[in-house]
Amino acid sequence: MTFEERGRLIEAVRAVSFAMGREKLGIVGESGSGKSQTGRAILGLTDGKVEAETLRFQDMDLLKVNAAARRSLRGGGIGMVMQDPKFSLNPVMRIGKQLVEALRAHERVSSSDARRRALDMLEAVQIDDPERVYRAFPHELSGGMGQRAMIAMMLLPGPDLLIADEPTSALDVTVQQTVLRIMDRLVQERGMGLILISHDLELVATFCDRILVMYAGRIVETLEASNLHEAKHPYTQGLMACLPSARTRGRPLRVMQRDTAWLGGEAPRP
Amino acid sequence: MTLISVANLDISFGSGADRVDAVKDVSFEVGSKESFGLVGESGSGKSTILRALAGLNPNWQGTITYDGEALASRQKLAFHKKVQMVFQDPFGSLHPRQTVDQTLREPLAIHRMDERERRILEALDQVRLGPEFRFRFPHQLSGGQRQRVAVARALILEPETLLLDEPTSALDVSIQAEILNLLVELRQSLALTFVLVSHNLGVIGHMCDRLAVMQQGRILEFADGAVLEDGAFETGYAQQLYRASQGYSREALETA
Repeated sequence: MTFEERGRLIEAVRAVSFAMGREKLGIVGESGSGKSQTGRAILGLTDGKVEAETLRFQDMDLLKVNAAARRSLRGGGIGMVMQDPKFSLNPVMRIGKQLVEALRAHERVSSSDARRRALDMLEAVQIDDPERVYRAFPHELSGGMGQRAMIAMMLLPGPDLLIADEPTSALDVTVQQTVLRIMDRLVQERGMGLILISHDLELVATFCDRILVMYAGRIVETLEASNLHEAKHPYTQGLMACLPSARTRGRPLRVMQRDTAWLGGEAPRP
Repeated sequence: MTLISVANLDISFGSGADRVDAVKDVSFEVGSKESFGLVGESGSGKSTILRALAGLNPNWQGTITYDGEALASRQKLAFHKKVQMVFQDPFGSLHPRQTVDQTLREPLAIHRMDERERRILEALDQVRLGPEFRFRFPHQLSGGQRQRVAVARALILEPETLLLDEPTSALDVSIQAEILNLLVELRQSLALTFVLVSHNLGVIGHMCDRLAVMQQGRILEFADGAVLEDGAFETGYAQQLYRASQGYSREALETA
């Protein structure tokens, strides 16, 4: 994926290849690594220019689909949850109406059915008082509640793939666990695929089945999550070694020595 | 020797039905040259306490003493020279239209300190920024470099105590490691006292001798930094925080 900025071409994502099934795939990297842009490219939610040999979801060629098919794919076959519910929910529309709208964009259902399914889904994401949340505006909900409502909205049309971009980074750790548990259960029960995009290596390693580690727009390493501690690439090792903890007290943290070889080929920018 | 002592601190915002009690009956002491951590989730009141200590929040009740002297709601200039703060967001805490030089010069002017040239260069050197950074604007710096400037601005007054409010949570982990290493080095070489606020138990465990866990404006428990090695906390909430910091676990929620 390339962006043009002041006449310069910036390659945000370079030669990324992966295939996934109904599993939990993690994409990890620091800011600017291209992890979010990779997720966005799948849905065509980017201003950048996307080029690929293949970009396929089930039997749909995402490089060739027309605008209408892409619209029905967004939120239909593939849902996306972003970092902060404050910015991804419509602030002047009640939660219930937004949920119903999301469902009816993809399915012909009566309004009473849509309402019932929306309430059921709010319950499924462990909202205690679905009726209240259904009537609420986004600003009346806490961050964790808003994020659960967002996940409920994305799940209503029954997507086969959910792309979650830092879905829990804006949440407190205890709420974070609940939201992850909800997504984990949905993957198990519905056989949904999940791409979790995050900067948090420990979190991804404990949550996902497989991890792609990105650096400067490229995948530098692909790992089974359970084998994270056997990571071979110095960048992945460096990411783990620089994490502070009570066990590192009294000695300096390892600092990453970046190697230009990690950039692989023509570098987009330092 | 006790340097900072806080007793029965209450802080509230608003009044009537809108009244929020952000900090309730909090007491703790920080020894001279100690590194003390305040841990908690958003809204637990940890930053509010830090801001009260720094004199940024005059609406508190209770007793705060610093070096044996009780603080009034408004502090004298001499106090601010001794106690300096570093904020979370290096993008918001530096004036976008002031160069690094201007940012560092301002506290020197306020405190009428001499030898400004020497002090500015020395402060840059302390945070390992070369003299070439002196006339840059914040937008010409990376996040890590900005946070170094924020630390330099605090250190230029030669304080005894640094109040650190989530100093690395806006940074990538590799940059976080560099800033934490810098802070540890500076604490040793300048014999500083730290009060560090963070939601990140790893950061607190690495940096602090002692810590307090906060929830909803109260301190739930005090612990040694070593407790963070195995998570042997007394209260259920602190144990839950510890487990959550270890990554995701299907079991963690069921047993919580």
